[in-house]
Amino acid sequence: MDDQMRPAGEAGPSGSSEGILGGAWGGSTRRDFMRTAIAAGVAIGIPMTLQGCVLGAAGRKKLDFGDDFGVLNYAYALETLEADFYKHVTQNPPSDLKPGELQVLRDIGAHEKEHQRFFKRALNVLRIEIPDRDFSSIVMTRDGVLGAAKTFEDLGVAAYNGAGSRVKLAEFLTIAGKIVSVEARHAAAIRDLIEPNSRSFAGDDVIDAMGMDRAMQPAEVLERAQPFFRGRLKVANL
Amino acid sequence: MPNDMLFRNEPKRLLGEARLRRDTVDVLNFALVLEELEAEFYTRGVSANMLPDDVKPVFDQIRKHEVAHVAFIRGALGGDAVAKPTFDFTAGGMFADVFSNPQTFMMLAEAFEDTGVRAYKGQAATLMPDPTVLEAALKIHSVEARHAAEVRRIRGQKGWISGSSRGDLPAAAQKVYDGESNTFHFILAKPSSQKLGLSEAFDEPLTKGQVLEIVRPFLGGR
Repeated sequence: MDDQMRPAGEAGPSGSSEGILGGAWGGSTRRDFMRTAIAAGVAIGIPMTLQGCVLGAAGRKKLDFGDDFGVLNYAYALETLEADFYKHVTQNPPSDLKPGELQVLRDIGAHEKEHQRFFKRALNVLRIEIPDRDFSSIVMTRDGVLGAAKTFEDLGVAAYNGAGSRVKLAEFLTIAGKIVSVEARHAAAIRDLIEPNSRSFAGDDVIDAMGMDRAMQPAEVLERAQPFFRGRLKVANL
Repeated sequence: MPNDMLFRNEPKRLLGEARLRRDTVDVLNFALVLEELEAEFYTRGVSANMLPDDVKPVFDQIRKHEVAHVAFIRGALGGDAVAKPTFDFTAGGMFADVFSNPQTFMMLAEAFEDTGVRAYKGQAATLMPDPTVLEAALKIHSVEARHAAEVRRIRGQKGWISGSSRGDLPAAAQKVYDGESNTFHFILAKPSSQKLGLSEAFDEPLTKGQVLEIVRPFLGGR
């Protein structure tokens, strides 16, 4: 079943049967998962230290920044928020969007959905529950929607940039790198819709005198994202 | 052996008191060559008085960032920085009108920016032992991606790369996009129902060797 069809409440942990350790690990309980996890970790050469992290992290309910899975869950929460936002605004788009703009929002929404899907499949039972999303504060006009999109994309870029040095496994850093540049492309595209052919795509409001983008720590990112969640995201070891 | 002896020939650094690792120096020098290329490219392009007024602010903003990147990396490397290379932006005559025809200039800009994004991405893991440098590199990397998206949009392309498509760029630019259609990311094996969206959603790294092969035609000369 396509994720697009799921209700906003998110499929539960049993909704996906593939996880960080490959494809066939359908274990729906923590014990099943851990049993297959050990075998799979050995099979594909995941370092023992990481396997320890996997076993330690299974069944958590918080964003625990003590290991890479906390960082991955953090990314998962943000991608879920973005994916839902674009779903929300493209289902009943504002009537004053200009030609072509809806397609840009749809493209970006499809990318965010892929990012969310990636983390969901990667984390499997290590996935935390994401509180329901709340977009009632976003004014459903062209200005309102593009303004919110700009906020989300700039925030996403800053979040990945700030989290990069927390990641311990090189493979995860590389994947985060593959994603963050696409978020930055989104940010530029949205800014270009708002202020075409201007300096805004990489404006002085986000890029400093050294030509560098923002890097934001998780606490600040979560504080800015919190208004769009109905419940609080619980955090540990920040 | 006292630390002084041990590190006597090791690079100094600007980002603090500690010294840069040899691997980090190599990555920064690699990045420096790319940033020098971009900085000179945009400086000459913007001052050539060929760009239409409506897009000039965009390229001047990019120029500003690339010049700042060069200054930052040179400062970080200090005496370990490589000399500024000389560039031939015509690539031996292939792009003879690069600084007189905005279309040629913007075409090359797109290729350079998309290359830059992939180049930084390929070096991130090497910088992991050096978190300060890693974060600086990430902050530059996302700016390059903003540049890439804007140049692509000005040229009538989508801001992101679909599959391994070079769009309307000449065949010589295909190396910039090879491998971009990859949809396996360490663990994601199952292809999605929207394959194009999946490939667009992830930019792919290039190795140092791949990047140097792309920029080699622009090195030397003059």
